[in-house]
Amino acid sequence: MIASMRRVIAQPWLYSFVGAALVWIAAVTYTGGYGAGGMLSAGIALAAFSVIVGTAQMFVITLGPGNVDLSLPANMGLASAVAMKVMGGCDALVLVGLVAAIASGTTIGIANYLLIRLLRIPPIIATLSASFVVQSIGISYGRGLQVKPPPGFATATTVQIAGVSVMAVVVVVFSVGIGLLLHRTTFGRSVAAIGQNARAARLANIPVERIRALTYALGGALGGLCGALLAGYFQGSSLDIGNEYLLTSIAVVVIGGTSVAGGRANVTGLWGASLFLVMLLTMLNTYGVSAGVRLLVTGLVIIAVIVTAGGPRIAR
Amino acid sequence: MSVSVVSSTKPGGAGVLRVRRTLRAVLPALSLILILLAIWHLNARAISYFGLNLMLNLAVPVALATVGQMFVMASNDLDLSIGTFVGFIGCITATVLHDSPVLGIAIFAGCIVVYALLGALIYLRNLPSIVVTLGMFFVWQGLAILVLPKPGGHAPDWLKALMSLKTPYVPFPVMAAVVIGVVAYVGLMRTSYGAVLRGAGGNAVAVERAGWSMLKVKMILFGLAGFCGVLAGMALIGLTTSADANLGNGYTLLSIAGAILGGGEFTGGRVSPIGSVIGALTLTLAGSLLNFMHISPDWQVAAQGGILIVVLAARVLINRAGSAA
Repeated sequence: MIASMRRVIAQPWLYSFVGAALVWIAAVTYTGGYGAGGMLSAGIALAAFSVIVGTAQMFVITLGPGNVDLSLPANMGLASAVAMKVMGGCDALVLVGLVAAIASGTTIGIANYLLIRLLRIPPIIATLSASFVVQSIGISYGRGLQVKPPPGFATATTVQIAGVSVMAVVVVVFSVGIGLLLHRTTFGRSVAAIGQNARAARLANIPVERIRALTYALGGALGGLCGALLAGYFQGSSLDIGNEYLLTSIAVVVIGGTSVAGGRANVTGLWGASLFLVMLLTMLNTYGVSAGVRLLVTGLVIIAVIVTAGGPRIAR
Repeated sequence: MSVSVVSSTKPGGAGVLRVRRTLRAVLPALSLILILLAIWHLNARAISYFGLNLMLNLAVPVALATVGQMFVMASNDLDLSIGTFVGFIGCITATVLHDSPVLGIAIFAGCIVVYALLGALIYLRNLPSIVVTLGMFFVWQGLAILVLPKPGGHAPDWLKALMSLKTPYVPFPVMAAVVIGVVAYVGLMRTSYGAVLRGAGGNAVAVERAGWSMLKVKMILFGLAGFCGVLAGMALIGLTTSADANLGNGYTLLSIAGAILGGGEFTGGRVSPIGSVIGALTLTLAGSLLNFMHISPDWQVAAQGGILIVVLAARVLINRAGSAA
């Protein structure tokens, strides 16, 4: 009995799913069952975006204490502009646009890594300075530009079949792939090993620097991809399209049970945490509370979760 | 770290170490002087009483927020919430403090207590400060919007008068920056308890073994950060005369950048109060420099990022040169 209880406690991501379900029930009870399905399908569709950005942040955070990518929002903003400009409203160029967005994100990720490596500065500062520069590039590149996404691309990111967002299904498949990458490949295991003990990983002949570079590049690429997809979903690019995702990306990683101290990642938890946050917002919206209360509750929930989950053994 | 220990045991190593330290210490001042020279070169009239007043006006709240961030960094933590906190304080300043000063001051005191309690929470539960202050980022922003849903409010007259003070000879922002820097420097670097506070980031175990309460140290450092945040929010509203819930959002990143630019580091409790103030001035002036160069304000943030990168690169070079000698 105690052993099984321990096992449940050791799976903190479970709470996020339970939390998401409870919040959904609370919202549905309030509306008297009206719009229950709609809320769920809209929530899942929106959660998919947080999952992609969260995956990027999760890989970086898993690299160990101090590793975090603050340049994701700027990256997403630039990528959304790049994607829309390259696609130019033409359905034939959707793939080219996506590749361009991913390339832009990957470049930023590699730049992040080079700053960390060459200047030997903490990742927070490196990605922060990079985000300043990327922000400016974005502003000057996408000035006053509101290019609409190609109709086919916009449909692909928003279409629902029997209430299930097609994008969300694709992202679930993507998450399974990420889970395999994380737990079943040398790359994924190396990331976790470096996060647990970089010195031990180096002594075990893991190419630490190469893995770090790959991880930042991967994080950047996912940020770029998500920026492009968001531009399709919201019917146009915008430089601040990723702004709210800086805090969301860190929050879903933490709530989802990934260790902030690194070395332990949790893909399933990303979905639970994303659903939980989206459902929380949905619930507060149905209650008709103001934006202020919504932010207040979100903040308190994040603090409550981290206080309950407890701190990592190794402080930052 | 180990390199510097080795070099200091070699004959003449102590001298190298001192040169390196001096170089590091003057680096922030050097970058500020370079920017001032560049501005002077482009437009000599800007380096005047009036010009400096205009260019450095907004540096006062930035400097205060940066010093606040520095206190948190002294204990190896990071405050992501200081930006929205400054915004919230601004909203209170323009509404409650304007209408009933006593209540306003009580709210400010309460905010400082909240900061101290956050420090206690982070210490007692061994929580990552990034996540806790991330939550607080939302909390302060939410409260700010609740206090002031639409931009508006009025700054108290005395505050407006203070921030537009015409001091003799030296512009007010420069004077304010000097005062902020000196007060923080004396308090943190020249008093015995200041050494204990800095020790929290250097070696918390040693501080605790020596009989100091780490809980108290954390609470004081976070409380000081809250206090600086309150001053920053008030100063900001004294300048803008009305408030907006999103006014302070950029201050989180600016304050971190300023503190790092001024010689702070994330580990080891290595911070520099005067450097932080200079860092804040440098970042503020970067915008003016671009103006004079007729570069569009779009690139202002890039310039701030660029300065950060250049200064950090210079620091790496200094460190390398020192360890090679």
